[in-house]
Amino acid sequence: MHLAVIFRVTGTLLTFFSLTFLIPGFLGWYYQESTVNSFALAFLITLSCGLLMWFLKPDKRELRSGDGFMITALFYVGLGLFGAIPLYLEPTLNLSFSDAAFESMSGLTTTGATVITGLDQLPKSLLFYRQLLQWLGGMGIIVLAVAIFPMLGIGGMQLYRTESPGPAKDNKLTPRIAETARGLWYIYLFLTVSCAAAYAVAGMDTFDAISHSFSTVAIGGFSTHDASMGYFNSTAIETVAIIFMIVSGINFGLHFLVWQQKNPLRYFLDAEVRTYLLTLVAVAIVVCLLLSMHKPDGVNPISDGLFHTISMATTTGFTTQDISTWPSATPVLLLLAAFAGGCAGSTAGGIKMVRVLMVYKQGLREIKRLIHPKGVFPIKLNHRPVSDRMMETIWGFFSVYVIVFFIMVILIMVAGRLDFTTAFSAVGACLNNLGPGLGAVSASYADLNESVKWILMFAMMLGRLEIFTVLVLLTPAYWRR
Amino acid sequence: MKILILGAGQVGGTLAENLANESFDITLVDAKASRLEELSSRLDIRTVEGWASHPDVLRRAGADDADILVAVTSSDEVNMIACQVCYSQFRTPVKIARVRSVAYLNRDGFFSKEHMPIDVLINPEQVVTKHIHELLKHPGALQVLDFAEGRVQLVAMRAYHGGPLVGHALSFLREHMPKADTRVAAIFRRGQAIIPQGNTVIEVDDEVFFIAAREHIDTVMRELRRAERPLKRIMIAGGGNIGARLAQAVESDYEVKLLEYSETRANFLADQLSRTIVLRGDATDRDLMLEENIDQCDAFIAVTNDDEVNIMSSLMAKRLGARQAISLISKPAYVDLVQGGDIDIAISPQQATTSTLLSHVRRADVVSVHSLRRGAAEAIEAIAHGDSKNSKVVGRRISEINLPSGSNIGAIVRGEEVLIAHDDVLVQSDDHVIIFLVDKSKVPAVEKLFQVGLSFF
Repeated sequence: MHLAVIFRVTGTLLTFFSLTFLIPGFLGWYYQESTVNSFALAFLITLSCGLLMWFLKPDKRELRSGDGFMITALFYVGLGLFGAIPLYLEPTLNLSFSDAAFESMSGLTTTGATVITGLDQLPKSLLFYRQLLQWLGGMGIIVLAVAIFPMLGIGGMQLYRTESPGPAKDNKLTPRIAETARGLWYIYLFLTVSCAAAYAVAGMDTFDAISHSFSTVAIGGFSTHDASMGYFNSTAIETVAIIFMIVSGINFGLHFLVWQQKNPLRYFLDAEVRTYLLTLVAVAIVVCLLLSMHKPDGVNPISDGLFHTISMATTTGFTTQDISTWPSATPVLLLLAAFAGGCAGSTAGGIKMVRVLMVYKQGLREIKRLIHPKGVFPIKLNHRPVSDRMMETIWGFFSVYVIVFFIMVILIMVAGRLDFTTAFSAVGACLNNLGPGLGAVSASYADLNESVKWILMFAMMLGRLEIFTVLVLLTPAYWRR
Repeated sequence: MKILILGAGQVGGTLAENLANESFDITLVDAKASRLEELSSRLDIRTVEGWASHPDVLRRAGADDADILVAVTSSDEVNMIACQVCYSQFRTPVKIARVRSVAYLNRDGFFSKEHMPIDVLINPEQVVTKHIHELLKHPGALQVLDFAEGRVQLVAMRAYHGGPLVGHALSFLREHMPKADTRVAAIFRRGQAIIPQGNTVIEVDDEVFFIAAREHIDTVMRELRRAERPLKRIMIAGGGNIGARLAQAVESDYEVKLLEYSETRANFLADQLSRTIVLRGDATDRDLMLEENIDQCDAFIAVTNDDEVNIMSSLMAKRLGARQAISLISKPAYVDLVQGGDIDIAISPQQATTSTLLSHVRRADVVSVHSLRRGAAEAIEAIAHGDSKNSKVVGRRISEINLPSGSNIGAIVRGEEVLIAHDDVLVQSDDHVIIFLVDKSKVPAVEKLFQVGLSFF
């Protein structure tokens, strides 16, 4: 264990993160809100802690393999806690520290679950801060750090792997990792700007357009209004949201290739994107059919069905209605769709479409093997064989994901005396970085007790960092290295 | 004509043998002295021992005044470099090379004078694959050969009981099928060639060669045997170059199973192919065949590199209920032994290569040559040039052309149009004429017929 290096890098990252308090702080000053002081205080605390860690143990050694897990996990925990400071200090909110940490963690992991009600009355700087947290968490703040500070001597590849989602983590798009990270962020930035512009054209005011573009492209789900997207009651805005949620759920590496080759057809050559789009269409059709069969009051079966399918299946979590009261299997179907999530390497959460596709192909292979005992059946993705090693990794992930999920369901049922629907959906929504759940957590997580909130925060982090980055730290083997 | 052959392997050896019998001057180059000795003791050829692409070896072999270079060593790279050396050092006019790697072949414009000066590429695996593919498209055919870029095809097939035409005279053909025009080019009865006349009667077990436009082939075939239902399930034994290419070519049209013995090769094949089911196992494993429902299989194709395995596995497949068995057989002696028995079709890889090469050594303007019945017979597509004054062909009716005995004209292709050669058809300049020769020794006479007289120049 090289605590010195780990502390130095984490300190660097914290120092860097402290700068993000300045933007909402400035906004607070501009709108003459009371939040300026709390942002300034949060900035100073974080900055000094970061610098302290940086200077405490000056060590110039490179990162070793394995150190990255520690840094990333530590950094996310740190961010969650430090990021809670401005929310905790805000007197109008009157949040406990657990609630503030829950909100901050939910933002950073792009979950979008909230404990705050009365968003419409909050100071704008604070609303903007929540959106900013999601935006930074979407593409990954560590990836951003790798992109901007290749010279800081932090082992870029080590860190990049721990934060980027998807099974093929060594997939570099350019020879240098910093350049890859920068390319991804350029695309992210471009998507965000175009999304904001589209929202503005569709009828949002500038503040809402920018804020919502942050949480849309990050596939987060925070809104500046209690009614979420329902506040606007506009088909145009929902259409913009649908388009950008779908686009953000596609692998950013693929966006990069399309942009490089100037060939949009490249999307359809990718098996994962095809599966992803097909799943979205299939779920949307089922949901729309179920809705038009039962015709619940105030729900348009087509437009509402489509919007919520996309919002839930991409793990965004925007709503215009309370879907937990929807008829038949629709709420559960939408929640289950979130388990599959978006594509690997996107800002979406969930298990990721490519893993689901691989597991499905593995199932088909077993059937073929029964029919042809001497047959040789490799699993292929995009016409290339997938190594057995990769399949093992995917299976490992899949099974651990499911086990972790059920353990947590049991834990919060015990800790919070929750019914099954609430527990199931709360853990599902947090682990998949989705946001809204069913039952008691369909609108807000505020009523849950403290211990449940901390468990759910852990679930969000597991989901965002794809489980193994965090779980590896909990094994004795890691510490005995 | 002086021909320089590099590489005395199966293809090089067979080629030397075929060409030496036809009064060409052959020089054979190979690195293995023992193989050269064996061939030169049998054939009237010159042999040079050495590395085929080295300029000094090529000079010793007489590259300075060679008319044709044929590079068929086992290495693509040696073949390519040898052509390059002959082009830049010896100005050899025609350079033919065997290149097998698809990686070289799918580059447009690579094989040109500026880059890699090879005039003709031959790829035996590709030729054999295409051949088998054609056979699968026309179940029941023994051989399907393309002329004029596939507009006309020559088909060999066996007449069976139940075919509407069997037991009738050939003249009946025209009345029976007014729409599909065809011409029977030759009939082989118990190994003997019969030149078909209007009153010739087709008997059971005759091997009938007929020529027709591509779209009429199936109609004609239905007259000679009961209609075969199209093939659906195919099993290929042997995942070498031919097996892999074949599976790749047909996997979208048929349900293909591919048997391969080596585990690494089987894994490789499974990675490369998308719909084919690759099975790891022995081609002669009876239990495996039964497990994979060989009795439901429409065609069993044995293309391993071992003649004996091919024969045995084909026999076994046929015995276990496969509808048709096609077997790749390199040794000419085996071909006569098995074809027409349990094994329906025997394919010889050398014959395919020889055919490609023959079209370049013929004197007249010959587009393609197909060697048939293991080199005994030949089908030629030649272009008629000149006018009625200087040509013995142009401006004459087919009945007026003085063809050597044992040969006849099957069809004429004029631009896009296909004319089946009936007696009254008039040959024009630039027509592609397809001639069938029962006896190969008449080839020089046909060549002479198509050469333009001096006044043309």
